[in-house]
Parts: sequence; C-alpha cells; structure tokens
Amino acid sequence: MSAEQGSGSRIVSWTGRFRERSLKALPPEKLLPETQPSYVASWIYVFGMGSIAALGYVIVSGCVLALNGPAWYHVSAFGHFINSTHLWSVELFFMFMVIHLWGKFWMASWRGGRALTWITGVLAFVVSIVTAFTGYLLQTNFDSEWIAFQAKDALNAVGVGAWFNVANLGQILMWHIVLLPLAVGAVVVLHVLLVRAHGVVPPLEAAETDSQLRNLQLRDAAGTLETGEGDLS
Amino acid sequence: MVAQGIFLGWGQFTIQLGNLIVIIAMVVLFVLALLLPFPGGRGRR
Amino acid sequence: MTTISRRRTAGPERPDRRGKDLDRGPWRGTVREYDLIKELVYALVVVGLLTVGLAAVVGSPDDAPVTLQQWATTAPSDFVATATAELGGTSDTAQYGPPYNSTQGASQTLGPIDLQSLSGVRLPIDTAQDFVVGPLETLPQPPAGLAVWNAASDTQRTDWTAAYSDALSKAPDGDPAKVAAGNYGPVPGLDSALLVMAQKGALEGALDGGTAAGLDRTKTVLFLGDGTYFPGLADSQHLTGDQWGMMNETGNYPGQSWLWLFSFWYQIPPFNSLANADLVIVGIMVLLTLALMFLPFIPGLRSIPRLIPIHRLIWRDYYRRR
Repeated sequence: MSAEQGSGSRIVSWTGRFRERSLKALPPEKLLPETQPSYVASWIYVFGMGSIAALGYVIVSGCVLALNGPAWYHVSAFGHFINSTHLWSVELFFMFMVIHLWGKFWMASWRGGRALTWITGVLAFVVSIVTAFTGYLLQTNFDSEWIAFQAKDALNAVGVGAWFNVANLGQILMWHIVLLPLAVGAVVVLHVLLVRAHGVVPPLEAAETDSQLRNLQLRDAAGTLETGEGDLS
Repeated sequence: MVAQGIFLGWGQFTIQLGNLIVIIAMVVLFVLALLLPFPGGRGRR
Repeated sequence: MTTISRRRTAGPERPDRRGKDLDRGPWRGTVREYDLIKELVYALVVVGLLTVGLAAVVGSPDDAPVTLQQWATTAPSDFVATATAELGGTSDTAQYGPPYNSTQGASQTLGPIDLQSLSGVRLPIDTAQDFVVGPLETLPQPPAGLAVWNAASDTQRTDWTAAYSDALSKAPDGDPAKVAAGNYGPVPGLDSALLVMAQKGALEGALDGGTAAGLDRTKTVLFLGDGTYFPGLADSQHLTGDQWGMMNETGNYPGQSWLWLFSFWYQIPPFNSLANADLVIVGIMVLLTLALMFLPFIPGLRSIPRLIPIHRLIWRDYYRRR
C-alpha cells in the first residue's frame, strides 16, 4: 500500500491501522526487552515466568494424555508416569501462580493504569481453578467418581448443573480439553501482553529525586537526549 | 481402596499431609524469594 | 535506547503528581540487563526437572472406581434398601428437584433467588423407572413381578415400598432374607432381580447408555450416592464435604488445595447446617473473587501493601541506593 510509505501520509486500511496501533501499544523492544528497570531485582519476579513454564508442561503432558485417551494411564506404566507429570506440573503451576499473586499484591502492582493486568491475572487464576477441577473429574478413578457425586450439588444450586454435568464424562472431557484450555490460553496471553505493554510497576514511594532517576534528569537537562525520530507522542 | 492418607487435625480443622506439604512449600518459597539476595545482573547507565 | 526516545515530554512540574507519573510513563531511570528468553529457558529447565522428579518419586493416585457390581456384592443389604427407596421415590435423587425432577420445595433458594429451578428439569430422572423398572425390562427374562408393578396404582406402589423399607430397616443387619412377612407386593422380587443383575455386572450398561457408548455416568453415580456404601468409602478417605474433602485426594497425594476457602465455609456454622449451603457459599465465593479481581478499586484493601511494608524487602536494593 502506498499509503503506508513516506512519513506523514495517513493509513486508511483497517489492517494498517491495526498494525500501527499494535506497534504503538507494544513495540518489539517492549515485547522482547533486553533491559529492565534497575528495581526489577528480586526472586519474587521469577514466579510469573515459573507459572508460564509450568503451564507449558501442563499443556504438553495434557496433549500426550489426549492422544491416548483418559483411560490409558490405568493400563500403561508410561501412561501413569505422564499422568503424574500432568498432576505435578499442575501443582507447580498453582504454587507459582499463587506466589506470583502474593508478590504482586504486596507490590501493589495494579498502580499506574495496570488494573486490567491485575484483573486478567485473577481471571487466569479463576479459570485455571475451573480447568483443574474438570481435570480431577477425568481421572476415571475413585476420586473422580466421588467428586462427580459431591460436586453436583453446588453446580445444581446455581442452575448450571445440566451444562456442566460433573457425572457426564464426555461433557466434562470437552470442557477440559477444548473450552477451558482455550479460555486459560487466551487470558494468559492477554495478561502477558499487558505486562509487557505497561512494563513492571515502579517501587512504592519512588520519586523523581531518587538517584536511579536523577542522573537521567541531569542528562535530559544537558540536552544529550537522542532526537525524537519516530516519536509517537 | 488401597492407600489411607495421613490427616493432621485440630478440632474442626483437618488437613491432609500432601496438601499441607504443598502449602508449606509455597509459603517457604515466598519467604525465600523475599529474603534471598538476587544475583544482580550488571547495571547499565 | 528507543525507550528514551519514546518517553513522554514532561509537562510543567507538579510535585504532588510525581509518584503517579512515575507509575504511568515508561521507566526513564537506570536499567539492568535482562534476558527474557534466557529466563524462560531456565524456568523450563527448573520446572521440567521438578515435574519429572516429583512424577517419578511421588507419582499420582489411581484407586479403582466403585462399580455397582462391587456394591451389590459387598453390601447387598444396602443395595436392596437403596433400590427400594428408588422404587418408592424416597431416595435423595428422587426428591432432589431440578435438574433431575420437579420435587416441590427441593431447590436451594436465597430469598427470591432460585437459580436451581431457573434451569428447569434438564436431566429428567424417574428413579423407579430409570433405576429399577427400566433396567429389569432389558433382561432376557424379566421378573414376573414387573407386570404386577406396572399394573398397580401409585398409592399401591407407595404402600408396598414404604412397608418393605420399614421392614428392611427393622430386619437384623437390614438383611432382606430376614425380613418379617408382610404385604410388599412385587417389591422384594424386583429388588432381588436387580441385585442379581448388578452382581453379574449388567446394571451399569442398562443404567447409562445401554448399547450406546457409556460416556454419561449420571444415573450410575446418583444411584451409588443414594446408598450408604459409596459415601461410606469416601468418608473413610476424608473426601466428603464436611471433612474438607473438596481439597483432598485419595491417599496422601495433594489435591485441589486452592479450594481451601471454598471448602472452609462448609466446615463452620451457620453454613454447615444450612439447607441452601451450596447456594450461599457459591455466592460468598463469587463476591470474594470479584473483590479480589477489583481490589485496585476498593479503598482500604488496596492500601494494605502500603501499610504493611513488605515491599521494603522486595525493593530493598532500590530504597538503599535512592
């Protein structure tokens, strides 16, 4: 499109506008940064990535189980091992996610227009809980049989028991391997993009007079800043 | 039924050993993450 | 750095807004090297080792499910008592209300809120027909009592099942063989035919699906739950709702410990004795989840991190060097 070429010309196509808006919200160097603010220096910051890694193993082990069906692990030693990795990656996923949540709470990470990041994080936690619950129903063992009997009451009491029938293996299988993973995936991707777009929240009570910011102000004042080429503001 | 679990309880409150271990591990990891020094990447600028 | 060229041009200095502006704009202060992909790879290695290690050392539970055959063989008296209750329409399932049937006043309500009835009877279950009579009719040689049962009036059926239930409860060990003589119509015959059918392992297929693929186990699970054998096994494994069972897994394997708060309400008064406990507790959990979700907008709660300065630990390097 010629409209895209040359500075100053307006982009009119929907695609072009979408691209420009996306790039403005999340330029590549923000999406995949090579530096982080100096205050990003604590072990508490690794648990978000830990959750993502654990989710990766949840998905991979789940795919192997899906290829063989829910009853496979009862009859195959390898299947049982894969089932165990699925269980433990889920346990690790939740452990890391909860530590991540605690950390973000004590940092009040919703500050500075990051409320939606916090909200999508909580949503990811909630949807993951529902997904894990459907997984427990697919064990096709004594535990899942009992959960199917007991959990129906809460679901029936709120009127969703017919569409979320915990004793219907086929229905719950679809929730667990189609609908809910799509939801978890979408929410997690959105959450991560929001984190990257907004950057990591600065410390509480940080001020322009902090030495971490003062040097830069001096440089600003001295006029050593790069020219505003490509400035989007 | 095969295995019987170990349950620790104080009156109305009971918890299964496996769950307790997971929760303790989580709290310990959180506290360690707060206290342990983070190996600093080289600062720039 | 491009980040610098993208920074917003600072407006007139307003000291009181400084902190907020710092939160909003891109960080303009000192930075440290940070390798996102390296962090991801390290995380994958560490979490991978932990996952495989825990899977290999600890493993995962797999206690076999209870079958109707097992129930009928191990606890025949309980099976017969339950089958009688299904025939007489006095079992938990028969009187459950939506989505299984329309028993008056059975649904959980909270004031005018009756979500349970809102969905209607979506999974209709007539326990006498679906759990007992129907399966018996699929037998190559159905018991003769079926014709008598089908020809009888509702009142007659109720009288028979009530009398037999009563007699079973008075018999030693609830043993059907030791029941005193009485007018029970075809009920004992139907029960014992169903018992034999279950003991042969033929009842599951007749209950759920028949010749179709057995993906939906609703009727089997409900029938099992109406007895005392299956809930008794769950109770011995600490799986029932009033013993934090929602969180628990069989054996010592960790379960859904993240459901601790959901499970908590079922343990304490007044919730543990409410008829509409499920509805009330789900309502509480929805409210609490919304509160967590919208915490950034709730005055007081959102200030807790400022009041309890754990952030001083997290950012101690930053505060030391400021």
